Parts: sequence; structure tokens; C-alpha cells
Amino acid sequence: MALTNETIKLRLTEKFPDVLTNWQEPYGMLTFTAPKDFNLKVLQFLYDDTELRFRFLTDLQAVHYPDRTGEELAVVYHLHNLFDNVRIRFKVFTDITKPDVFSATALYQSANWMERETYDFYGVNFLGHPNLIRILNVDEMDYFPMRKEFPLEEQTRVDKDDEMFGR
Amino acid sequence: MSEHILLPEGSIEKQTTTLNLGPTHPATHGVFQNILELDGERILKSTSTVGYIHRAFEKIAERRPLYQITPLTDRMNYCSSPLNNMGWHLTCEKLLGVKIPKRVDYLRVIIMELARISDHLICNSIVGVDTGAYTGFLYVMQFRELIYEIYEEVCGSRLTTTIGRIGGFERNFTPVAFEKLEKFLDKKTGYPAQLKEFENMFTRNRIFMDRTIGCGPIGAGRALNYGFTGPNLRAAGVDYDVRVHTPYSSYEDFDFIIPVGTTGDCYDRFLVRNEEMWQSLSIIEQAYQKVQQFKGAEAEVFHADSPAYYLPEKKDVYTKMEALIYHFKIVMGETDIPAGEVYSSVEAGNGELGFYLISDGGRTPYRLHFRRPCFIYYQAFEELVKGGMLSDAIITMSSLNLIAGEMDA
Repeated sequence: MALTNETIKLRLTEKFPDVLTNWQEPYGMLTFTAPKDFNLKVLQFLYDDTELRFRFLTDLQAVHYPDRTGEELAVVYHLHNLFDNVRIRFKVFTDITKPDVFSATALYQSANWMERETYDFYGVNFLGHPNLIRILNVDEMDYFPMRKEFPLEEQTRVDKDDEMFGR
Repeated sequence: MSEHILLPEGSIEKQTTTLNLGPTHPATHGVFQNILELDGERILKSTSTVGYIHRAFEKIAERRPLYQITPLTDRMNYCSSPLNNMGWHLTCEKLLGVKIPKRVDYLRVIIMELARISDHLICNSIVGVDTGAYTGFLYVMQFRELIYEIYEEVCGSRLTTTIGRIGGFERNFTPVAFEKLEKFLDKKTGYPAQLKEFENMFTRNRIFMDRTIGCGPIGAGRALNYGFTGPNLRAAGVDYDVRVHTPYSSYEDFDFIIPVGTTGDCYDRFLVRNEEMWQSLSIIEQAYQKVQQFKGAEAEVFHADSPAYYLPEKKDVYTKMEALIYHFKIVMGETDIPAGEVYSSVEAGNGELGFYLISDGGRTPYRLHFRRPCFIYYQAFEELVKGGMLSDAIITMSSLNLIAGEMDA
């Protein structure tokens, strides 16, 4: 029997009653939110459960929502069940002043660099990560460039005197 | 791979060498560094550093309208830019709900499979170069040139193609493009004959087999845990292919096999890529036949009917008011994108290339993340080469097909 979004939702709500919120299905992909203390428990359950079997971490990244006070950073996991070919997405939100989220490296080796990248650009502090250092940016950088408080330069600005490129 | 022999305690020779393989080393084929801890020629430890050509694509994309993001995707895996471009177009079309005509789907399949061939032939011939056989590389290069000429006929550029638009292609395929495609597919003088010759040279070659069998192996379980996708995962024995699991661009209309290996070593990766090229050739032939079945007005369809997102033709811009308005809106990036979040992926040369796009209803993406297969599986390199010889590390690196542009985004 094919695994449907309803079954997944049912299994998860049985296991974690009143914890998982914000169920959605944008473009067919089941999406939900978990409290940040629960991220590893949910991942582990999705991995271990004999029916769900979400054992492939497709992607992991963060999103910055500066307007959501107290939950500015979202860490988004994309998981894939390769047996039934179903994908789900789940998010945890965290405070930007204390962006501590448990690391998934114990479960997925692939999370290692993905979490480093997320730390590098958003400053999410993955607790339990074996080597949480910058990966794409220079080590000396002291800010997290993908956060929304760093806007890109206005493309139409005219005040800049740049002889080399004639702007 | 044999167990590493440790030198006796207190031996004066018991010292290791640190070797910087990269960032600019001719054998790394890209800008990334490996700090190797060597005992003689054996690798005790390897530490990878990436990010030398990080160009902040995700940040730049946050202030660009959708069509201006296409050139950014070119510069990820530049051996197969059209695959990245199509992946991006398909993501946008999924978000915007644009319905693509069948003919466009088939034309896209032709271009995507050509790109896959050009990607795999580079990777496999470079494995040849790294094992000391330069000739195969020169054999297949003329056919990559032919593929680039086909791109050129369609979109005007060769390496960083920016091929196609949201909704279809910029122009219909010219008769010359089809002529060149036929030349490429010709059984006697085209690529199939050359690929056969290339295979003859390597597949049962004693030296090549000795160098690659058992070199840099990975099991299916580890490969999945490391997030492998694409040919490297299939060489480890997992038949996961996005084209089959989540068909896009009408891939469900084609007959093809997913080749799998068993041991996940360099030799299996080589064989899987070779077989994939044969499958791609078969897909192109099928797609070309399907394209030829469109007659009359149908044979002129090369884009979706979606005026709000597809850039109108120049002759219409000069003569029709509506086309002028849409042209202006699209070029100036004044088209609002519907709010939503979408993940869409394609089977790129190295595996699952995913695009995670969040739109808040503005004119640019709120957040765009590229799932670059190369970046994710490169972490396994440290494990793959540990305990092996330095020369094996070089072959492992080239057979993983590491593209610095894709790794660093």
C-alpha cells in the first residue's frame, strides 16, 4: 500500500500528540512544524518507524524571517522515503538570539556539511555537531551573510565612483 | 584495500608528511583543497576545504526576478549547464502553474540528455586521463564540440548556456539543429560509434581495471547516509533516479533502464556512467522520433501559452501593445510571483539537483536554496580515500565528478 500524506500525518500525530503544528501540503509535499527540542526525536522516529522509513536526508537549510519575533530562524529538513518514494518537509523555528538546534549528524552523515553551511550563512548553532566551523565563507568572517539584515547593494545607485567599471 | 601498516614505535621514519592537494593542483580539476596526512604514499587522513569560488548565488537570487536567476544556475555544474537551467525553469513553472506543451517537453528532454552525455563523457574521459590514458579524452572531445554546436543553434551560447526560458525555448529548433543532432546520433560516424570505441579502449583494459577496481569504494548504506545521488549512488547499487521516481518533463513517456553497480568503486562508477550515456542516446532517439510526429502548426510550438511569464518574441513586441507591456514587465522584473514554497528537483549530471524556492508574493524569491549533489557527497571523500594510496585518491576524485562551481554555488 502506498504511503499517503494522511497516513504519515496520522502516524506522526499518534506518536507526538499536540506537538506538531502547521500542517500544510504545498504542491503535494506534506509540511509541518515541530518545536525545536523535538527535531531529533521527530527525525529519529521518521527514520526508525517501519512504516514511514524516511531514511534519506535530501536537504537541510535555514530561512530567516526577521518579523517573527522569537522564532526568526527556521531550519528546514527535506526527507525522502526511497521505498515508497514520498517526500516530506519539516521545519523547526528558533530564536535568533539563541539559535541552538540539535544536530542531525548522528543520524545522517550528509547533515555534517549541510549544517556547516547553514551555520555559515545563518548562524544556527547545531548542538552536538562534531566540527561546526565555516565552510564556504572565510573563517575570519564575523557575521552571517544570508540574514535579511544584510541587503544587497541597490543596483541603481549612482553615487559610487568606480573608475574601473565606469559606474 | 589492504590494512595500513604502521611503522614500529620509536622508528626514526615514523613521521608523516602533510601534503596540500589543491587548491590549484592540476589533478584536482577544480578549485578545492585537500590536506592529506601521508605516511609514505598511504593516506592516513584527509581534510577537505571548499569555498574558494563561492559566489553567493543564493543571496544574489534574493533580489533578482526569476528569469535573471537562470544565468546563476549555469555556473554551478558548468559541464552540463542546460540541466541546471531546465531544473530552474521547471521549478518556476511548478510554482507559477504553467502548463508545458508536449513538444516542448520532448525538446527539453533532447537537450537535457545531450547535456548528460556531455557531462558523463567529460567525467569518464578524465578518469582515463588520470589513469594515464589521454587518448580517450581526445576521442570524445569532438563530440562534446558537436553537442555545444547544437546548444549554439538553439540558444546562441556554448558553455554557460542559459538555454530556454520559463515556459519553453527562446526560439524553435532550426533545421540545422536537427541536422547536427542527426549527425551526432548517426550509428556509423556519430557518437555511438565513438562511445563504442571509447568503451573498447577502457572497459576490459588490464591497466585501467587494475587501477580502478576496488579504488574508493562505498557501500549502498553508507552512500545513502552520505546523501549520495546520481551515478555515484547507482554505482553503489541503489536504483534511485529522479527521472523515474519523480518524472518531470514527460520522462514517463520514455523507455530506459537505470544502470546500477555493486561495489561503488571507481570502476563501477565508470561503467554506470558509460551505460547511462547509452541510455541517454536511446532517450534522445525516442524523443527525436516523438518530435518528428508533430506536424503543421503543432511543429511550430516551442513555448507555453503563458504571456505573463514567457518573454514575447521581438517582432510581437514591436507590433503588439500587449506583447510590449508584458515584455516591459518581465524585463524590468515587475511581475509578482505567487506566494508559496516549492521543492523541485531534476536528475543532473551528478545526481539530484534540487531547488527550494520560497516566495512571499514579491517580485523576487524570498529564499532560494540549491541542493547541489556534489557538495553533499564530497564529504564522503575523506572516508573514501582513507588508507588508500595517493594515486588512488586522484582517481577517486575524478570519478566522483567533483565540480567546484557546483560545490561552492
